[in-house]
Amino acid sequence: MSSFLDRLFGRESKSAQTAKERMKLVLIHDRTDLSPAAMEALKDDLIAVISRYIEIDPAAVRIDMTQEGREQRLIADIPLSPVRRRRMGQT
Amino acid sequence: MPGKVVTITSGKGGVGKTTATANIGAALAAEGQRVVCIDADIGLRNLDVVLGLENRIVYDLVDVIEGRCRLRQAMIRDKRLPELYLIPAAQTRDKSAVSPSDMMRLCDELRQDHDWVLLDSPAGIERGFRNALAPANMVLVITNPEISAVRDADRIIGLVEAEEKGPARLILNRIKADMVKRGDMLSAEDVLELLAIELIGMVPDDENVVTSTNRGLPIVLDGKSRAGMAFRNIARRLAGESVPFLPMEEQGGFLGRLTRFIRPGGD
Repeated sequence: MSSFLDRLFGRESKSAQTAKERMKLVLIHDRTDLSPAAMEALKDDLIAVISRYIEIDPAAVRIDMTQEGREQRLIADIPLSPVRRRRMGQT
Repeated sequence: MPGKVVTITSGKGGVGKTTATANIGAALAAEGQRVVCIDADIGLRNLDVVLGLENRIVYDLVDVIEGRCRLRQAMIRDKRLPELYLIPAAQTRDKSAVSPSDMMRLCDELRQDHDWVLLDSPAGIERGFRNALAPANMVLVITNPEISAVRDADRIIGLVEAEEKGPARLILNRIKADMVKRGDMLSAEDVLELLAIELIGMVPDDENVVTSTNRGLPIVLDGKSRAGMAFRNIARRLAGESVPFLPMEEQGGFLGRLTRFIRPGGD
């Protein structure tokens, strides 16, 4: 009954939509042979290496796998630490 | 000009490889093309029963490979479609009886005097699949709009690319238009977006496939079946024709609605 009400009020997405979202993630990991755990490890390593050269905010780093046709792309978004940069600029 | 070797494969079992092979083969032969269908699923022979030729088997694929008979002796000619031949799989052997190079040699010989050699691949990604993939000039990957079938299809597409046999083309089989409409089944657009390969055919879920298979008659010979029409269109696209895709909805209109009204629950 609750699922009926959920659907009536549009709270639950259609099952095909759920399937598609789940498949997108599964296929990315299947194709790259990179598990979510390995992806986390990669992120940690990347943060460690970059931090040796420049100040970054580890919490703001985002790493995503995107798909273009059948090609996978690793996208890293690494915001630089603003406070530190300003301070360094003053000195 | 030598013919083309087309491998029909899926990864997952039970999605319609054998039905597709039988029907695309029959559709090409009905157009006057010279066709050989090979059942490469050694140990799990089935293309013979789907084509209705099970009572005429004397020799099989492994007999040819191991030299116990001449190639011609293992080719069963279809009575309804004189240009259609079947080479059945061995039933009491396993995949290791055949190697990829055996299949390449066999298909090369068959290509010389046939327009099409269709290979019905076994499920899985092991030896049997490798045997079926090795001689391919074209690969058709078949799947259903279900997550496990789509995932396996993706894996197969990757392997076909890695073997430089790509790009594979996709047959989406057993689409239930009413479920897609309700948002409860992946649509053709969804599956194509996920797999990112070219579509060669969409086949609606059609009970007539079961009844015609029961009788050993290819559904393409039934002029009224929508699945039959879809397979005929795949055969034409394979031959290079540009054929528009059928809408997956059943025929609307007054007559369609009337038949549904008279036979509720029928298709």
